[in-house]
Amino acid sequence: MNVAFFFEVLIGGLLAGVMYSLVALGFVLIYKASGVFNFAQGSMVFLAALTFVSILKMGINFWLALIVTLGVMVVLGVGIEKVVLRPLVNQPPITLFMATIGLTFVLEGLSQLVWGSQPHGLELGIPDVPMEWLSQKWNINVSQFEIFAAGVAGAMVAGLALFFQYTRIGRALRAVADDHQAALAVGIPLKHIWAIVWAVAGFVALVAGLMWGARNGVQFALTFIALKALPVLILGGFESVPGAIIGGLIIGASEKLAEVYIGPMVGGGIESWFAYVIALLFLLVRPQGLFGEKIIDRV
Amino acid sequence: MLYREAGQFKSTYAEDQQIFPIRQDRFAVAALLVVAFLVVPLIANQYWLSAILTPFLIFALATLGLNILTGYAGQLSLGTAAFMAVGAFMAYNFVLRMPWLGVIPSFILAGLCAAAVGIVFGLPSLRIKGFYLAVATLACQFFVLWAIQRIGWITNHSPSGVITAQKVVILDYAFDTPVRKYLLTLAVVAVMALLAKNLMRSETGRAFMAVRDMDVAASVIGIPMMKTKLLAFAISSFYCGVAGALFAYTYLGTVEPEAFTLDLSFRILFMVIIGGVGSILGSFLGAAFIVQLPIFLSVLFGGISHATGMEISHAVVSNMELIIFGGLIIFFLIVEPHGLARLWQIAKEKLRLWPFPH
Amino acid sequence: MNHAQRVGEVVLSVEDVSLAFGGVKALQDVSFDVREHEIRAIIGPNGAGKSSMLNVINGVYHPQKGKIRLRSNGAWREFRDMDSREAASLGIARTFQNIALFKGMTVLDNVLTGRNLKMRISFLEQAIWVGRARREELEHRRAVEEIIDFLEIQHIRKTPVGRLPYGLQKRVELARALAAEPALLLLDEPMAGMNLEEKQDMCRFVLDVNDHYGTTIVLIEHDMGVVMDISDRVVVLDYGRKIADGTPDEVRANQAVIDAYLGVAH
Repeated sequence: MNVAFFFEVLIGGLLAGVMYSLVALGFVLIYKASGVFNFAQGSMVFLAALTFVSILKMGINFWLALIVTLGVMVVLGVGIEKVVLRPLVNQPPITLFMATIGLTFVLEGLSQLVWGSQPHGLELGIPDVPMEWLSQKWNINVSQFEIFAAGVAGAMVAGLALFFQYTRIGRALRAVADDHQAALAVGIPLKHIWAIVWAVAGFVALVAGLMWGARNGVQFALTFIALKALPVLILGGFESVPGAIIGGLIIGASEKLAEVYIGPMVGGGIESWFAYVIALLFLLVRPQGLFGEKIIDRV
Repeated sequence: MLYREAGQFKSTYAEDQQIFPIRQDRFAVAALLVVAFLVVPLIANQYWLSAILTPFLIFALATLGLNILTGYAGQLSLGTAAFMAVGAFMAYNFVLRMPWLGVIPSFILAGLCAAAVGIVFGLPSLRIKGFYLAVATLACQFFVLWAIQRIGWITNHSPSGVITAQKVVILDYAFDTPVRKYLLTLAVVAVMALLAKNLMRSETGRAFMAVRDMDVAASVIGIPMMKTKLLAFAISSFYCGVAGALFAYTYLGTVEPEAFTLDLSFRILFMVIIGGVGSILGSFLGAAFIVQLPIFLSVLFGGISHATGMEISHAVVSNMELIIFGGLIIFFLIVEPHGLARLWQIAKEKLRLWPFPH
Repeated sequence: MNHAQRVGEVVLSVEDVSLAFGGVKALQDVSFDVREHEIRAIIGPNGAGKSSMLNVINGVYHPQKGKIRLRSNGAWREFRDMDSREAASLGIARTFQNIALFKGMTVLDNVLTGRNLKMRISFLEQAIWVGRARREELEHRRAVEEIIDFLEIQHIRKTPVGRLPYGLQKRVELARALAAEPALLLLDEPMAGMNLEEKQDMCRFVLDVNDHYGTTIVLIEHDMGVVMDISDRVVVLDYGRKIADGTPDEVRANQAVIDAYLGVAH
């Protein structure tokens, strides 16, 4: 077995996993603060990327386009919270989940209605070529772009973790996630908090959208990445920011390794289901994920 | 006023147990069946039969299946399309390799295969609940599709996984015209709907609903968790499997694995939500609504296009469809989580008084 | 035949039961018995372990020490690790402190679920709905209607349970427990949250059940008036230990019991 090749696949998998984590982070944020599993995160990623690319195409400067898109995502997030989530505030979580599935469709249709449905390319200035130093020294081909994405993800996770742990707003968010009524009782402005959370989730979606868009092109299939984030969340837990990264790494790595080493034995294409089966097996052993909290049912 | 129940007293429990205890309901349903079986084949044109009514019935059956699992038993499933696929492809195999069986027994066996797959992928429900279970069913959805495309035997080694359903011949009577296909589908769906209704108002249905509402309490009063949950998966998958077989044989004709993607699973879930969770009637209403919505929209936009002289592209229409689908889901979840079935019940309540105001 | 004459032999014996959750000792070496046809109350200040005791008896919790002996169908059965389904099949039924009804179903359906252990027809027969399936369902319906009559909830039999007021929900839960035709009925605070009238009604029903069906009843209750009025014997728990056991009058005069309720350190 070629060791260098193994490492290449492994690192490639880990980096792909980091990309998944970027999307998973958006889920974690919203779930942490409002207990809602936002299935629409994937279409938010798509919308963000598409908006950005279309604004760029209109000839607007890169950084300005970024700010405009961010503004759009924030407005969108606040709007969603107001129109969809608030009326459903007392419903069981499954209802909220299904509402976000409906939201997914709305956002997909809206994105394409406004900006058109052709795929777009997205250039961020970092080429998708193997890193020379690794390639020449150890014969391991790892894309520069993916390393850059990993760096971005790492920075975001660190930033978010610090945000939650040390800022006043972060504390308020955690309080709200824990117990709405209690948070209200100590005077935390629930509605503002939720608006902030969705805005931040929108920002995360934008970053994820940029990364994925640059890698795969901005096209409709981007919405399906949300689905891949699910196994990541199951492994890492729905409420853990570091869990999202670790879950992503595990899923990304095992998926790639399985495809390369087990795939040829069964005809290939394992990537379509392997991550889910891993998540399934994991759930059977530990239904609350690596970092989640045990659920206790009382009568 | 017309819909008065006054004077219709039930003096035995048997009378109270009827599916349609109110005389007007019985009359309405009988009339509906007469229209469906006798009138429609005479007056409906080919397009209506093969592009609207037959798929409506097939989707209604699949929705019924999912409703049993998700609506009655509370186990969220996103793998409906996979079970339909099993039904479709296994029916093909039975008819191909054991033609002496006959088409209807092949459909039943295909349904049983789907039920078996359902039981296997339902096993996690014993440990996992709610939303996590939905993710587990995604594993089923993707894995089954992959298996169908990879295991050559299933598609009779067809290169792209595409199969062509054989002609349906029962007792030397060929069901190859739209009218006959429609009648066959109608008969199958009507019978299975009746069986489902009977099942859901008996102990099985109660056990399902108990598990949905509070499974810990259900277990404490003696309801067996494993048997109940797996039975829910089995019955639901059986229904979806038969729906899949009908899908292939009386509607599509040529079937590819790509017809059974996650998108279809979501569509059927939408039919359940909009029609009414935990309602047999709701399954039909939801399917009818979603099947005719694209047609309604294209007619609507065609009209707008005519009236205003504007060109509305196909892409616009299909995007509007997505937006309206999603919007309707959200609307129903906010306004009437029990869907069209509940709206229908409310209408009936109002009918009791109509035309009087109060 | 007055009440005392009806009380029979011991049917349930709790022996040295100890239950702990991690470091929290819910029950410590609790022993008492319950006689057939009697109404036995378990009382004590909050946190004394009363609900835990009930949960141990019907198999929801498994004690680390001690055992439960139950006389079922004439034979003694001894267990520590029985699960709640088995308990149900041995003739133990119960109600819960926080109402464990199935909110999406009607009253009638909820009570019918209480009979699930007696239903023998396979699902295939239920689907086809002829002959045996019909007869069995109608038979159970008849049995359940008797209970519904008995507890005076006919007028709400088709109402979804989630829409009923609290007091009526508690009655429906009692009906569901009775539907199982239990030999032993465990009631966890059946009068909690009720006003005076509702309590009087519930007391009447509990006594009627004991009278009419002869069911042995173990109940947890906070209202001393109720306990003194309707129970034959009382067990008093405090901090997981038994501190008194006897007739209501004996217990009422017991200094340890008085201290426990007044919060006097002991």
